[in-house]
Amino acid sequence: MNNFLKFGIPLVLFALLGGFLFVGLQRDPGYVPSPLIGKQAPEFSLPSLQDAGYPVNSSELRGRAWVLNVWGTWCGGCRQEHDTLLAIARTKAVPMVGLNWKDDNAAAQEWLRRLGNPYSVVAEDSEGRVAIDWGVYGAPETFLIGPDGKVLFKHIAPMTMEVWNAEFLPRIQAANAGAPATQG
Amino acid sequence: MTQTFTKLARTLVATLLLAFAGTALAIDAEKAFEDPALQARYEHINRELRCLVCQNQTIADSNATLAQDLRREVREMIAAGKSDDDIREFMIERYGDFVLYRPRMTASTFLLWATPVLLLLLGTFIGIRYVRRQAALADADSPEAGQS
Repeated sequence: MNNFLKFGIPLVLFALLGGFLFVGLQRDPGYVPSPLIGKQAPEFSLPSLQDAGYPVNSSELRGRAWVLNVWGTWCGGCRQEHDTLLAIARTKAVPMVGLNWKDDNAAAQEWLRRLGNPYSVVAEDSEGRVAIDWGVYGAPETFLIGPDGKVLFKHIAPMTMEVWNAEFLPRIQAANAGAPATQG
Repeated sequence: MTQTFTKLARTLVATLLLAFAGTALAIDAEKAFEDPALQARYEHINRELRCLVCQNQTIADSNATLAQDLRREVREMIAAGKSDDDIREFMIERYGDFVLYRPRMTASTFLLWATPVLLLLLGTFIGIRYVRRQAALADADSPEAGQS
């Protein structure tokens, strides 16, 4: 009994601590789970990047699943994911709305001309207020919003085809299947 | 010999002072509130909110663009007469509990808050037992206990 206490307890504590540390190593400390998941997406009305006179209203996107991609020309990860976004846009699976976050308008337009434009429409968030409403803390971030306006998923980091196929596509299909009135 | 040492020490102190001089500069470039009470509240809240890009800094310590924007939100909400709780709630709704440097007491943070108390109780328990046992042993060894 005494031997068990002397050696057993420290051994158990050590194993417990090691277990916690090991699990901690596998987790990404930069990942902050979004409290928005499952909640109504924040509404916004912003000028369009290409035509300031034409507002982009999130309320007009109701009825179908859509994707919000937060980007900026100052963001390295955005350049990295751009070709993936173009490939996704070509599949026409879902409308992709860009949120141009605290960027230079001319630089952003030039970026889209030069690299190609994956977005159905780009909203210009020059003051970063909409980004704060959405809890954005590091571009690129990609949200999936359901037909009912609820946030279904958020991906933080450059988009990849693997993430798109595994996390986004199934959710888009399920969400749009649940709202058949708006299809076609 | 001592002279070289003094010189070396002086250089070392000067280098250290220089290295930390940067932190003496104010990060927040915005104009202060006219009312010092509001300014105090503003600074206090900023010191409790995490800058999410630079995770181990508060938004008062950081000059990341996001920290500047969050400070702007805090400033505007204070000016609009919102309470500290309103402001905290605004941040939690958007960024989750992680935005708070002092986590709230919830079901998922209960262990975090309770562990120090539990460890203290456990330590006291073990300590008392140990002392009692030592005392019992000492009693057994003392001549009054009988056969020595």
